[in-house]
Amino acid sequence: MIKEGQVVRIGIGDLGIVHSPDVIRTSGLGSCVGIVLYDDLKRLAGMAHVMLPEASLARNQGMKRAKYADTAIEDLIAALISAGASRYRLKAKLAGGAQMFQFTSSSDTMRIGPRNVDAVKENLQTLNIPILAEDVGGRSGRTIEFNPETMDLHIRKVNQGESVI
Amino acid sequence: MSNSGNFTEGFSPIQLDVLKEIGNIGSGHAATSLSNLLHKKIEMHVPGVEVVDFDQVMDLAGGADTEMVSIFQRMEGDAPGSMFFIMAPSQAHRFVELMTGSAQGFEDHSEMAFSALRELGNILSGAYLTALCDFTELELQSTVPSIAQDMVGAILSTGLIELSHVSDAAIVIKTSLTDREGREDEFLEGHFFLFPDPPSYQKIFSSLGVCVDD
Repeated sequence: MIKEGQVVRIGIGDLGIVHSPDVIRTSGLGSCVGIVLYDDLKRLAGMAHVMLPEASLARNQGMKRAKYADTAIEDLIAALISAGASRYRLKAKLAGGAQMFQFTSSSDTMRIGPRNVDAVKENLQTLNIPILAEDVGGRSGRTIEFNPETMDLHIRKVNQGESVI
Repeated sequence: MSNSGNFTEGFSPIQLDVLKEIGNIGSGHAATSLSNLLHKKIEMHVPGVEVVDFDQVMDLAGGADTEMVSIFQRMEGDAPGSMFFIMAPSQAHRFVELMTGSAQGFEDHSEMAFSALRELGNILSGAYLTALCDFTELELQSTVPSIAQDMVGAILSTGLIELSHVSDAAIVIKTSLTDREGREDEFLEGHFFLFPDPPSYQKIFSSLGVCVDD
């Protein structure tokens, strides 16, 4: 019997985990990065939609930890482990970090996409979590969906159709 | 305004009214200038100023996945911020058609279509900011407009980055311009989203003599 799964939606600056047959999705990633961590043996995956590279300045102000690359990754790992994942089997897939507008003034805010991608990669490297696939940068928004049954990350862009990584 | 916790939690009803008035005055002038440009009667709607979480910002713009055309400009000067004029692709097409007199509209994404939309952005933001400057006596200028056609979540999140350093919620100053003269399929409609950078709120309130600390 094929069990139909549900789509779990992750909002901006939020995170969540799913078991197969459910899939997990986030919509309208621009400069934000969608991070997927998964345990392929347990068919278990978590996704975060991060907006900013690091929480350093905001750590004690009671803000959503899932908004920042560093604290989102920490919390995703903790949630996956408490759901039964093995820390050492965790792998990552990434999408997002676009630069939606081109400006002559190269202010930090305008370069936030690449900075988010760099922060996610640095954090994952420190934690020895391999990145198996990524679709980052560019100038397009992305809607992504991960299926913990197949470990496929589906990426949709306006006018460029869908790809799978 | 409270300095601890979430920045956006500390706004008083009076302060929100001031922000609503800013949206009112700004888009009122923008409506007049659009009216003059297109020789049409343009109406303005101010649905109000809301403090909502980031997902709800995208919902107010049609949903994070929805494809929209946006004209983005930074406000610079005494009270920096981000300003978006957002329309459905069919609306962008109508605007370009009316401005250029060409049936090509925006669908071909030609250089002329882009420059027509940039011109539209300059006219609208120019009117909006001039009204804002007169009202607040602050100095404000807008940058060269940047056009994107993409998912509205991807577009508007650019305007939330500054705020996201200090808050999990946004104050949405949304106003809409419409022309309800013609047939339904010929309506013109576009929406302003104004996101002042966090320190700008205090400058706006002070300039209008509104108490900053409750």
